[in-house]
Amino acid sequence: MKPYISLFKMRVLKGLQYKTAAIAGILTQFFWGIMYIMIFEAFYSSTTNPQPISLVELAQVVWLQQSFLVFIMLWFRDNELITQITSGQIAYELCRPMNLYSFWYAKLIAQRLSAAMLRCLPILLVASLLPEPYRFSLPPDLITFLLFIVTLFLGLLLIVSISMMIYISIFYTMSGTGSLLIFGVFGEFFAGMLIPVPLMPDALRRVVYLLPFRYASDLPFRIYAGNIGTREAIISIGVQILWLSVLVLIGRMWIKNALRRVVIQGG
Amino acid sequence: MIEVQSLCKSFKVSKRKAGIGAAIGSFFNPQYRTVEALKNISFTIGEGEIVGYIGPNGAGKSTTIKVMSGILVPDSGRCNIQEITPWKNRINHVKNIGVVFGQRSQLWWDLPVLDSFNLLKDIYKVPEKEYQNNLDLLTATLDLSDIMTTPVRQLSLGQRMRCEIAASLLHSPKILFLDEPTIGLDAISKIAVRNFIKTINKEKKVTVILTTHDMNDIDTLAERIILIGKGQILLDGALTELKRKFATHKTITVDYSELYSDINIEGIRILSQENQRLSLSVPLDRFNVSEVIGQLSQQMEIMDVSVENRPIEEIIVDLYKEHQL
Amino acid sequence: MKLYFKYMSVLLRSQMAYRASFILLSIGQFFVPFLAFISIVLFFQRFPSVVGWSLYQVALCYSVVHMAFAISECCVRGFDSFSSLIVNGDFDRILVRPRSTVLQVLGSKFEFTRVGRLTQSLVVLIYALINLDVQWSPYKLLTLLFMIISGVFIFSGIYILGATLCFWTVEGLEVVNILTDGGREMAQYPLNIYKDWMRKFFTFVIPFGTINYLPLMFIFDKTEGNSLVYMLIPLVGILFIIPCLMIWGFGVKQYQSTGS
Repeated sequence: MKPYISLFKMRVLKGLQYKTAAIAGILTQFFWGIMYIMIFEAFYSSTTNPQPISLVELAQVVWLQQSFLVFIMLWFRDNELITQITSGQIAYELCRPMNLYSFWYAKLIAQRLSAAMLRCLPILLVASLLPEPYRFSLPPDLITFLLFIVTLFLGLLLIVSISMMIYISIFYTMSGTGSLLIFGVFGEFFAGMLIPVPLMPDALRRVVYLLPFRYASDLPFRIYAGNIGTREAIISIGVQILWLSVLVLIGRMWIKNALRRVVIQGG
Repeated sequence: MIEVQSLCKSFKVSKRKAGIGAAIGSFFNPQYRTVEALKNISFTIGEGEIVGYIGPNGAGKSTTIKVMSGILVPDSGRCNIQEITPWKNRINHVKNIGVVFGQRSQLWWDLPVLDSFNLLKDIYKVPEKEYQNNLDLLTATLDLSDIMTTPVRQLSLGQRMRCEIAASLLHSPKILFLDEPTIGLDAISKIAVRNFIKTINKEKKVTVILTTHDMNDIDTLAERIILIGKGQILLDGALTELKRKFATHKTITVDYSELYSDINIEGIRILSQENQRLSLSVPLDRFNVSEVIGQLSQQMEIMDVSVENRPIEEIIVDLYKEHQL
Repeated sequence: MKLYFKYMSVLLRSQMAYRASFILLSIGQFFVPFLAFISIVLFFQRFPSVVGWSLYQVALCYSVVHMAFAISECCVRGFDSFSSLIVNGDFDRILVRPRSTVLQVLGSKFEFTRVGRLTQSLVVLIYALINLDVQWSPYKLLTLLFMIISGVFIFSGIYILGATLCFWTVEGLEVVNILTDGGREMAQYPLNIYKDWMRKFFTFVIPFGTINYLPLMFIFDKTEGNSLVYMLIPLVGILFIIPCLMIWGFGVKQYQSTGS
């Protein structure tokens, strides 16, 4: 476990160095957040029908999406890793005395965590000073908050295990462009980043619930907003764990197969 | 042709310490220190000269080249190249010059060489006839005909450098700036590049200003060298003169089969003696080389003799040492 | 101008050297915004209108902005990726060539895969035109054309501004995305759905209003008074490029004196 922890530490330190980029990122995300809420507000003002999620709850989801963007983005790519795979340099990584899957997993999580650490607090802090309905507020109660934290981190693990699949697929396609693009675009859509899941038509929502993507973003954020009750939240944690174990299992098996290919190719 | 007078240029460089605390500190309160890259640089270069512009890394070589090619504006001083001040009339100035940065490419990576050349023709607005003449000449002398249709990314470094040099000459510039043109090349390519530079200098009277760390380049090409260090010109003169001044010793190496007596000539230092080979350093102010050889032949059965000048490399190292660079 | 097209044809050939990735990226460029549009359609399934605008009206607005964005991303990409020219030192190379820096930077890169996004916005435009209940006149069509052209100039101006920043800092240019990507996302809806300060900023500072809200009012017959004025408003947006180019010139001067 120790090598993974020190690897993780190094990543966080490295991420902290790019402070200007972080500040720029915060500003950008803040702008997007305000813009989305304004658009939602405009739509909500055109009808008096009750909606499955209120504007205030939606604002919470938007702010969480913006501040934890790097947690949930599938296209958050590690170019170093991609070049390593496509250039065949990955063979050197095989010389290290650790499991490659876990090694990458740690690296990818560290990357996302370090990027998010700098961004999420400032965004949320400023957002909590805004007037209604833009304001970011505290969750309804402590249990909700704990459920949010648990689902958020399980969601992070879930996203990383999906992106591991993308990286492993590069062993076969030799180019990250295609898989990243397709997963990125559709993953984002099915995660409710373009249209919030509760506002989707029923048929589409049913599909979305069957896919893993929403469990990383839509689920924790709506739990926080109070749009998902405790009972449903606990069941969803079960679903998260199920998806996670399936994806990790497949990933581990697949990488073994992929590495065999490299060894044969590399001779 | 080229007149440079009291050029000065200084840069601000930000200071940063290691560690997160220092990083945050320098973000809010950046600290700078000033580096004087050029301190009162002056020289004149006439038409048709080949000048080696040398100095250790960070001495101000590329800053000078940048000023002369119009990329950089100096803090003070004058620069007159063919009656034009480079940074004041950049576009007119750069029509007359060719620049090769040895470590960077000016060719389009994914395209065949010829496509890059054609594009450069349009960029420089070279008339069709002149372009064809130049292209024919360059293709022939640089031996490019086989690689003209190859994408640049597939060329070897030597091939690429030949194309780079050709590319910078398509618009018949009067002045050519070469920034480390032989860096990373193998011996054969180096010789080809050097020969070519000599040829165009002779035949087309192109003035060449060359920076390099390879003293063989200087030795074979430059008639004159300008040595720069810490932003100042330390030496400016003909290469032969420099050699005369610093080549105070010659090295005599003899292979012998039999030794009659111990070698001990007052004032001559023995550099090495082993495996029946003897190397001596002869100070030219006190000895005549042929006399020394004559004397040696009486003390041993000589098989072979060679006499060498001090290599230019060593002279330059001495120069650097002398100026504490 | 001739040289610009020469650059274009040369770089088109060089991108074609990587056919598979070119096709894939183009398809991706089709789907990324296409899903965004699908989302807008889905919104309108739940909400009848947005501040009085119907789905098809928004679709027209959307297609204009995305078309302008796609064209400018393709043709002005050199400025968008300008930081790499600075980092590699290739900008020095540009300075030793006897042509204007703007032209050479423009010619340094084209992103032809944006043809995907362009196709997508054309599809949306046709969808909007078929379904809209508008009395089309030559003036209105001309206005529509002006909107697209002016949009290209506005986005190009922003790219040039962003590139100019590179002369001072290579890091932290993500802020420019607020104006490019953010401007695009925002201007895909008529600007009057936003709060006042936002609308004012994107009309008077970055003139998206001139290709969006104001001419749309004319096309949908919501205006009173002189229609010629509304028709020519998009052309005002083109003027935005002038201060941008001046700032660029200032940036080049700065580069030449610091050589950073």
